[in-house]
Amino acid sequence: MKPTVHTAFGALIVAVMLFPVYWMVNVSVQPPGSTLTTPLIPTELHFDGYAQAFEDQGGNLLTSLTVSLASVAFSLVVATPAAYALARLRSRWVSVVLLAILFSQMIPGIVVANALFSAYNQLGALNSLGGLILADSTHGIPFAILILRAFLGGVPASLVEAARVDGAGRVRAFVSIVLPVSRNALITAGLFTFLFSWSDFLFALTLTTTDDVRPVTLGLYEYLGAHVSDWNTVMATATLSSIPALILLLAAQRYIAAGVGSGALK
Amino acid sequence: MTDVAKASAKPSAPPLRKPAAEASAPVRWWHTQRGRERLFHLLFLLPALLYLVAFFGYPVVQNLLMGFQRYGIATFYTGEAPWAGWDNYAAVTSSAVFSRTMLNTALFTVCSILAQFGIGLAIALYFRRRFPLGGVLRALLLLPWLVPVIVSGTVWRWILDQDNGVLNRLLGGLGLGTPGWLTDTSLALLSVIMVNIWLGIPFNVVLLHSGLQEIPRELYEAAELDGATGRRAFRYVTWPLLRPVVTVVLVLGVVYTLKVLDLILGLTGGGPANASQTLATQSYHLSFRTFDFGQGAALGNILIAVSLVFALLYLRANRRAVDE
Repeated sequence: MKPTVHTAFGALIVAVMLFPVYWMVNVSVQPPGSTLTTPLIPTELHFDGYAQAFEDQGGNLLTSLTVSLASVAFSLVVATPAAYALARLRSRWVSVVLLAILFSQMIPGIVVANALFSAYNQLGALNSLGGLILADSTHGIPFAILILRAFLGGVPASLVEAARVDGAGRVRAFVSIVLPVSRNALITAGLFTFLFSWSDFLFALTLTTTDDVRPVTLGLYEYLGAHVSDWNTVMATATLSSIPALILLLAAQRYIAAGVGSGALK
Repeated sequence: MTDVAKASAKPSAPPLRKPAAEASAPVRWWHTQRGRERLFHLLFLLPALLYLVAFFGYPVVQNLLMGFQRYGIATFYTGEAPWAGWDNYAAVTSSAVFSRTMLNTALFTVCSILAQFGIGLAIALYFRRRFPLGGVLRALLLLPWLVPVIVSGTVWRWILDQDNGVLNRLLGGLGLGTPGWLTDTSLALLSVIMVNIWLGIPFNVVLLHSGLQEIPRELYEAAELDGATGRRAFRYVTWPLLRPVVTVVLVLGVVYTLKVLDLILGLTGGGPANASQTLATQSYHLSFRTFDFGQGAALGNILIAVSLVFALLYLRANRRAVDE
């Protein structure tokens, strides 16, 4: 077979797999109230859905962004030094810690939420940004430690020693030598941590009881409970919620391949 | 002092067992170069350890305890949750929903995994050949996996809508009827499984594809000389060499599928009449809908026990994969 035939068939596979994503965008640009007769291809673009989505969910989008960025910062600050230490320490406890991290990724979110709810309730951390940021970081920190360790282990020890000989302290050597050469790994870990927090729904659902802190994932879910008729608004919200994933896919493809591979297998 | 010199000169040497014992009395291990290095690393590790203990260790222990306690709405005002022994476990396992939930969880997990893996492997094998835009297309396949799960749930809910969904419009147009994919008790679980398969394919494709890339091309050339091509090459070269990756993909898939909650809540909420209720969603319902955190915890612990079995399998598989 010719390569172009392969490309055509490959494109068909992708088209079938991505049809729901296409449909989401298609419905989102329909005029309001016309969702019963959505054409297969949008004949004209209506942005009423997006206007309504921004009106309903603008604040929630901002909350999602705040929580996700803070979660990235927190996760990297906690995970990077730990990953470096785990790559450098020579001790049988290292494998114990790594094992614990692997197991932590298998603990069902509902179990964590169940216990955190009562703890947060006592600490007054329900409905707080900080509480949600910390909880959302459970998605990212173990993952970040695992992929960063795989990379930081490969940074030559001689680089650090050279800096130490030049009089740099340990922390300084770490910050000014190890971190810059690990830039790609840090970007990968950061991107995934962002995506994990952005996608979080379970903790938003369980650890908030009021409207004070409401990520867009929860806002979207509440549309479903309200029997909305304007699916163009719902799909516009869904599309807006997918933008980080799209950006990631288009702009940072090589980082994604690295992340998916190393995080799961190492 | 000689120890110190040796330690700094050869950083890759095995750690000195007890440098302090060899040195004169007032010198402790953290006074040596190597000891300070170690202390520094331990301090680096500390925040992460504290976090893991607080957000994974504590919840697991707390959940075990909660499984033995009686919770009501009042508990969250008075803080009192009396000891209940095995009552919660007796209540959840004897409830009418339990056997349904277990069966649903098993069906959901097994069907999802088998189909995800089968389709994922087929796609990974297809994208292994080189053709124009192959890499771009393979990257696009990742999108369903990167989009928030609740978004996918919402989109599919509209696609599968009985009266207005695009699927039924298509089927109705072909005269095949308009089934209630999410509202019919005999179809809801099947629909949820189908969507979860769609969701899991990208993950399988990526891992299996990178596994396939690791198989040296020369092996196929050698096999071809021996007359093994096509299906036989797959049987005797691809499959045996892919086995470690396959095991890891399957076990990880099971553990992740057992945890699935967002998708089912978005699509059916576990309904209609518990038709798509799984251990995870039922645990959520007990805790956060009926506020019986004790029973929710008990069911959550059963879920952990099931996951643990597979987690141990994963470790064994992973260790073997590393050894090979």
